[in-house]
Amino acid sequence: MRGKERPVAVCFTLSLLSGLGLAVCYIAGGQPQLEGALLAVSLGGLGAGLILWAKRLLPNEEITEQREPPSSPEPERAALRTEIERGGETLGRRRLLTRLLAGAAGALGLALVFPIRSLGPSPGDTLFRTQWRAGSLALNATGQPLHRDDLEIDGVVTVFPQEHIGSADSQTIVVRVNPAMLALPPGRENWAPEGYVAYSKVCTHAGCPVGLYLAATHELRCPCHQSTFDVLTGATPTYGPAPRPLPQLPIEFDADGLLRARSDYHEPVGPGFWDRP
Amino acid sequence: MIRRAVEGLDDRLAAASFARRALRKAFPDHWAFMLGEIAMYCFIILVLTGTFLTFFYVASTEKVIYHGPYAPLRGHEMSAAYASVLRISYEVRAGLVMRQIHHWAAVVFIAAISAHILRVFFTGAFRRPREINWLIGLTLLLAGLGAGFTGYSLPDDLLSGTGVRIAYSVLLSIPVVGTWAAFLVFGGEFPTSDFIGRLFVLHIMLIPAIIAGALTAHLLLVWHQKHTQFAGPGRTEDTVSGSPLWPVYAMKSVGLGLMVAAVVALLGGLVQINAVWLYGPFMPSTVSSPAQPDWYLGWLEGALRIAPNWELHLFGHTIAEPFLPGVVLPGIVFTILGAWPFIERRITGDDRPHNLLDKPRDAPMRSGVGGAGLTFMVLLTVMGSNDVLSTFFNVPIETIDRLARILIVVLPPVVGYATFRVCRSLGRIDDHPAAAPLRVEIHRTATGGFEGEPERRPISPAALAHQAHHGDGADEESHDEERQPVHDPAEHQD
Repeated sequence: MRGKERPVAVCFTLSLLSGLGLAVCYIAGGQPQLEGALLAVSLGGLGAGLILWAKRLLPNEEITEQREPPSSPEPERAALRTEIERGGETLGRRRLLTRLLAGAAGALGLALVFPIRSLGPSPGDTLFRTQWRAGSLALNATGQPLHRDDLEIDGVVTVFPQEHIGSADSQTIVVRVNPAMLALPPGRENWAPEGYVAYSKVCTHAGCPVGLYLAATHELRCPCHQSTFDVLTGATPTYGPAPRPLPQLPIEFDADGLLRARSDYHEPVGPGFWDRP
Repeated sequence: MIRRAVEGLDDRLAAASFARRALRKAFPDHWAFMLGEIAMYCFIILVLTGTFLTFFYVASTEKVIYHGPYAPLRGHEMSAAYASVLRISYEVRAGLVMRQIHHWAAVVFIAAISAHILRVFFTGAFRRPREINWLIGLTLLLAGLGAGFTGYSLPDDLLSGTGVRIAYSVLLSIPVVGTWAAFLVFGGEFPTSDFIGRLFVLHIMLIPAIIAGALTAHLLLVWHQKHTQFAGPGRTEDTVSGSPLWPVYAMKSVGLGLMVAAVVALLGGLVQINAVWLYGPFMPSTVSSPAQPDWYLGWLEGALRIAPNWELHLFGHTIAEPFLPGVVLPGIVFTILGAWPFIERRITGDDRPHNLLDKPRDAPMRSGVGGAGLTFMVLLTVMGSNDVLSTFFNVPIETIDRLARILIVVLPPVVGYATFRVCRSLGRIDDHPAAAPLRVEIHRTATGGFEGEPERRPISPAALAHQAHHGDGADEESHDEERQPVHDPAEHQD
């Protein structure tokens, strides 16, 4: 074997062996790392061999082609123009027919738009309400109700209205804080029994679950874009791109000491949209 | 046998003349011209591995209980889609390596397209007569981003589900039509049972069809208009020089394709990517931290993270916060990219056809704009990981964001201006020796001697090449001896 051929031969041989190895590996039950590595050597050996062959063993000739001019010569362009205009004139003479044709095409186009309407339901008021109703029992993700003694100070739990566990727009995060530290907006005095506050868990920025509670500063933080909300003052945004506070859910404890909603949220939860007042 | 096949074909197609010219087509050789080819080979790899994956993937949000071999999730409720991805990863033989090769190839695909677009931009290859192909190329980038996002979302894992949720919110933020658009695209309020199936159809049918079509058009135009090439000795606007397609270039190019496949196979085998079993199935009320998208959506994620929290309330309506960073910003970016050939023509007044490429220093204004734009995009991409930076450098995230908001305004113009100045002074260095051509008069005397002393001044080869070139109006720098054809007679003996 000549010296220049040797590297190419080595590459192809490696590829060949590796291909056989891949077959053996697969038959033996497969192993992801080995499959990837053997496949890489099979492909790479072939590729490297071809490139070396082209670079070392083929004549390194350079050929030069003439480019055509970017545009056609003027007589041909003029001929094309005439051709198009002649066709246009022939059609243009039938004024009524061309107008009807345009009208029919337009109507067909319009008719073809309507199936798009089938793709989804009307938004209606779905974005304005959640599944919470007055008296809804708050259950955690495994279906357990929340008792007034369940949370320590700075304890956090995600709850859903009963029969809607996992509901995306109704997810609510309950935090227990020291009642003396609470400074909720006026009118919400009865919304936080025994320091329990409940906020929509849907971030008002882009809708991610506001899943991080920073106990030291009593803040909720969204891990997607770091919007941060002050739990003590009604989840007002203190940092990040969220423009609005998390809506607060009015809650109370029933006679058995279980957490219930007093009503639905008083405003739409989640990110903004055009029809939101 | 080959001869009979060829003759049989020609009997029917009369293609001999075309095919002969095609085989002798000149392909200019330069590493930067291979970026687009890498993207093309990635697309082929994606179609092959993706086809394999579709045989096992289940595009359904129907809830199932997992009973497979991955112990930590056994007994958990999850979507059929997520369960099928677990099956591909743990039960289908060679399934995991195929899935990881597919994902790696997607990552490399968009990286190669991006690098190719940068190459075309900074060398001015988009100029007349190639503006159409520039626009087709941008279409390919957009389709590639769409394919990446839809594919990334298919496993229905916790991380990708959160990404889809953000996309829904961005769609929802569009003024007037946003709510309807979101409800029509997703089939209702997020999360719906329809969206996985819809993403799947987009991912395996509509978007690949767009890519295949646009790619074909892209290649046909390159073929028809012939390649651009760098200026150099013997290079003119009217010719194109390079290796012939057959056999040299074909072998090199197929070799490159196989090498690309080898690299993504190696990555797919040895480097874990998108380990969805660690994230868990998507649940709307759960989220993981830190959360990052694939690299090519980092700039959008970064924009969402550092944008100001402005929400406009007008006449009982809301222009939601994500509209500016999530819709307006990418709209502006792609509009500028698409319009750039026409903007540049307006600025420079240069409407001539160009087949010879600029070196970036030859066009200081363009390179400056490109430098500024690239800085802007890279900064946004970095900010898509501001939480990771915060943990890594142990700096509060607020500090990082504040710094980024200043830098995003200050840095692009600074980098752009610096690029402009550097390119301009580099260009002047090239101009210098040739700008004052040597003029010497020498007279032969009757006795055979010479009169008149030639001015002795060292002349660089670059200057000589430049002088030689000044005639054909190209103001390119031409020190390019390694591109001279090298002919080794010994090679022919094989």
